Amino acid sequence: MARLDVKIGNLSLKNPVMTASGTFGYGLEFADLMPLDGIGGIIVKGTTLNPREGNDYPRMAETASGMLNCVGLQNKGVDYFCEHIYPQIKDIDTNMIVNVSGSSPDDYAECAARIDALEKIPAIELNISCPNVKDGGMAFGVTCAGASSVVKAVRERYHKTLIVKLSPNVTNIAEIARAVEAEGADSVSLINTLMGMAIDIEKRKTLLSINTGGLSGPAVKPVALRMVWQVAKAVKIPVVGLGGICCAKDAIEFLMAGATAIEIGTANFLDPTVSIKVRDGINDWLDRHGCQSVQEIIGVID
Amino acid sequence: MKKYLLDLTVQRVERIHERYVLIKLTDNKPLPEMLPGQFVEIRVDGSPATFLRRPISINFVDTKANELWLLVAAVGDGTRKLAQMQAGEKLNCLLPLGNGFTMPQKKEERILLVGGGVGVAPLLYMGAQMSQMGCEPTFLLGARTAKDLLMLDTFRKYGRVCVTTEDGSEGEKGFVTNHSLLQEEQFDRIATCGPTPMMKAVARYARQANTECEVSLENLMACGLGACLCCVEKTTEGNLCVCKDGPVFNIRKLLWQD
Repeated sequence: MARLDVKIGNLSLKNPVMTASGTFGYGLEFADLMPLDGIGGIIVKGTTLNPREGNDYPRMAETASGMLNCVGLQNKGVDYFCEHIYPQIKDIDTNMIVNVSGSSPDDYAECAARIDALEKIPAIELNISCPNVKDGGMAFGVTCAGASSVVKAVRERYHKTLIVKLSPNVTNIAEIARAVEAEGADSVSLINTLMGMAIDIEKRKTLLSINTGGLSGPAVKPVALRMVWQVAKAVKIPVVGLGGICCAKDAIEFLMAGATAIEIGTANFLDPTVSIKVRDGINDWLDRHGCQSVQEIIGVID
Repeated sequence: MKKYLLDLTVQRVERIHERYVLIKLTDNKPLPEMLPGQFVEIRVDGSPATFLRRPISINFVDTKANELWLLVAAVGDGTRKLAQMQAGEKLNCLLPLGNGFTMPQKKEERILLVGGGVGVAPLLYMGAQMSQMGCEPTFLLGARTAKDLLMLDTFRKYGRVCVTTEDGSEGEKGFVTNHSLLQEEQFDRIATCGPTPMMKAVARYARQANTECEVSLENLMACGLGACLCCVEKTTEGNLCVCKDGPVFNIRKLLWQD
């Protein structure tokens, strides 16, 4: 049994496997199917200062080895989260991390500050990369200045571990990573979805209500892996890798490319117990290769 | 209700129509409790075009034989793969999902179950459960032609069956909402499942007749657990997940005013 624990800033994870925001609800939806405390962290649904209804249906389209979504951050707002959801999840024995989104730096900061007050939420993942909202979201994540402005505003009011989730829809993701590192981010996670599109040729209409959506699933994995590798070389803070991870082999690739931890997203829809299997698979691989700790493989690719 | 992820064994695949198969699944342990109107998310192996699980409604649960029946329309690559399954093969099932239809409280209740196409599937289990409690359901089943009417003999075991076909080849000619039954009788509640235009027509009838009505929606979905928020329907309570808050909704909750 190899050691699987890792650290992201001050945040200790019992193993490097987490579930990605928007794919695992608040964890509770999966409680019948797998032990929630068996993974390193659960990143809950994107939360905003004010409630959001999200985009119109249809919000999802299946594509080759993946899917597009344009959910658009449907959530009941941070106050509802604090009052009604937090009490239900606070005693789950793993890192419960809240994904925070907003439409202005002040919005992000206010939302983050309210979550800062919750004792059992040790970290947030700042979503500056949602491709499905008009106001804010990805607009901040595609320029260094935009990304810096949000991280700066949040850092002033949020005192625990701050992970910033980056968009792949940029020319140079390493530059954005360096910009948020300079403003005090403790970690970056990448990638959010790749902006995409699909058309029903019989109806001559797009398959999504707002025409475009974010592509996820195994289709994006090689792109995500390349970006994780580039960013890990560009920054000193730990990198959390995600994008199409479906099995332990995929996860180990991200760790080797320089990720300290990984997130599993779309694969939760295919197998709701996949995160536990990935954890066990990483452990088996390490044992088979005589590794004492997962640390031995993180960033081994130059 | 507790959810399970099970590798069920294909007992038999019955081809009941050129496009439909009845898949009977079993397990070496007793199958979990399932309610009429709930559904199963199935993983389709060996079909590269089928990335996500497929939601299939529960057609029937035979507790004596420990069988779960799924009525599948082979319309796409994934469902065609399902239709080709052989006895003994395993099918990975996430179940039971969703809420289910409201069951009658007393056996005097007059319940009408209206189905069209493959949408008749969940009404069989609903009718069978009603019949078991001594409440005889009336089924109103519609299809394009006589040969597209599915499992009629099985439905007849559990209640009165009225039929419409669009070409008049069996039962009354027209759509389900044209059937004379709706003019002649009053019901306490209607449960319906089928193509959306049909369910909207049934909902219109129910509103005019001032009859309680539940519809089973089949919005495109991914997770089946209420996590991804892809399958939402606009309701009086905002966007709700068809997979978790449905698939069954009272029409008063829906914004179907047309």
